[in-house]
Amino acid sequence: MKKPLHPQYGFETLAIHAGTPPEATTGARSFPIYQTTSYVFEDADHAASLFNLQTPGFIYSRLTNPTVAALEERLATLEGGRGATCTASGHSSEVLALFALMSPGKEVIVANKLYGGSINLMGKSFQKFDWKAIFVEATDPDAFRQAVTENTRAIFVESLANPGGVVIDLEAIAKVAQEAGVPLIVDNTMATPALCRPIEWGADLVTHSTTKFLSGQGNAVGGVVIDAGTFPWLGNEKFPSLSQPATEYNGITFAETFGNDLAYTLYSHAVSLRDLGATMSPFHAWLTINGVETLALRMERHCQNAQQVAEFLQGHPQVDWVSYAGLPDNSFHQLASKYLEGGAGSVFTFGVKGGYEAGVKLVESVELHSHVANIGDTRSLIIHPASTTHRQLTDEQRVAAGAGPEVIRLSVGLERVEDIINDLDQAFQQLQQ
Amino acid sequence: MLSVTTATTQLSDRQIRDILRSVRRIAVVGASTNWKRPSFFVMKYLSQKGYQMLPVNPRVAGQTLLGETVQAKLADVGPVDMVEVFRRGEEAPAIAEDAVRCGAKVLWLQIGVASEEARDIAERNGLQVVMNRCPKIEYSRLWGELGWQGINTGVISSQRRHR
Repeated sequence: MKKPLHPQYGFETLAIHAGTPPEATTGARSFPIYQTTSYVFEDADHAASLFNLQTPGFIYSRLTNPTVAALEERLATLEGGRGATCTASGHSSEVLALFALMSPGKEVIVANKLYGGSINLMGKSFQKFDWKAIFVEATDPDAFRQAVTENTRAIFVESLANPGGVVIDLEAIAKVAQEAGVPLIVDNTMATPALCRPIEWGADLVTHSTTKFLSGQGNAVGGVVIDAGTFPWLGNEKFPSLSQPATEYNGITFAETFGNDLAYTLYSHAVSLRDLGATMSPFHAWLTINGVETLALRMERHCQNAQQVAEFLQGHPQVDWVSYAGLPDNSFHQLASKYLEGGAGSVFTFGVKGGYEAGVKLVESVELHSHVANIGDTRSLIIHPASTTHRQLTDEQRVAAGAGPEVIRLSVGLERVEDIINDLDQAFQQLQQ
Repeated sequence: MLSVTTATTQLSDRQIRDILRSVRRIAVVGASTNWKRPSFFVMKYLSQKGYQMLPVNPRVAGQTLLGETVQAKLADVGPVDMVEVFRRGEEAPAIAEDAVRCGAKVLWLQIGVASEEARDIAERNGLQVVMNRCPKIEYSRLWGELGWQGINTGVISSQRRHR
């Protein structure tokens, strides 16, 4: 099932080189930031060819931009995909991923263990498009199978679910999607392609908030949708955006004119980004290109640090439970061993004794940890989801999403691990006073 | 157009780059005058890159396509460097024989077109054969333009790109 990402080069090499050859005119070795909105046409015929999609090239940076394209190629390469489309944020990557697939009245089956913002987006805001999100138990592939109807157009899960350290059985759910004849979309933000490549397990589309581990330093908001290039769009009546003539492009059919493998990515630029306008900025793309170069190194240390912090917490008298799949007695340990290479990530939750009050006090007592609504930074981050990221959900949704009143989420950073542990320890001591 | 999944020829990127650098006159057998067809996209794109694209299609013979008169058969085109085939695999062996007679150095079968018999004919006569690939995609992939659309080109190099 697993084929190499490249016939010659390995992951670390591709993370540094894919998409960013030396700039052709000057030889600049660091990839340039093409901070421009628009591009001069060679002549009227060239302009016509670009608007007809007959030749690759640049028209306007809402659709494509050289720096953003370099990041797209790099991320497509690292996920083992055929093409990628960057977006303004992780949230817009979820909208864009579905835009080519959905229409009013159609359904997307969604795992109930998701980032709280995604639950809100899909459960509430999608109703404005009359897109129906059907939430099912994330850990039960049969629940996905039972939710399939003739209106199902996609299945959406997170490979390693935020915030609770839940590892999804990707292979089993990919089988459900294949039987249903719809694409499986996997958000791989928490695992990153350094630990898990969902396409190798049968995913058709992969999304990321590139804001997190990919950029890696908490300085650039962004998202991406990566297409495996293997879903059969051609002649597929369920997906008319790709299988029927596009009137605004003089009746070309994306899956026929560009082939099954390129159709989704070209549509995502030429239609989805054109109309949704949720484009990544060239500067954010450049920051992310640089961040990705050290992804494998950073993820290795993130995982090592997280493992030690989780072990410290598991032995701490003020901690009720620790939900980290890297711990041998964790119920997701086996799935983590199967799907996550080299560690269970660095974001996980634990339950502090004393419930909501203790949770709030703990995040106010740390000194080195930053109390922020983000993950995947070089810095160690801490948050109390019930009072922040998951605040807009109902009590039931919060518990279902693994964000009950006593839950603390950590994103373990790259500081010296003893310093991270000592900071948590002194915060626990303050709780007792 | 991607329904055929036979193995592509095992030419390296370097070999395909050398082919695209060396040829100039390319006959397109099965050229369509409908601009939405892939064959038209290929001709339009490669003619903009400086190749002379010579259309062959008996049904529209005599019409003008991108500045060139469409010929009824390959033999009418005159000497060519490469023959690109937009016809079904069953028709490829006869086209391969014509390609030999035209003095072509390369027989290129489009994505979705495969014929081991055509390959044998061409290779026996000293032609290079590319099968089940698209010269537009290969050109744009190897010279970086495909990556402009976020596509994974597989090209990794720290050398400066030259035509």
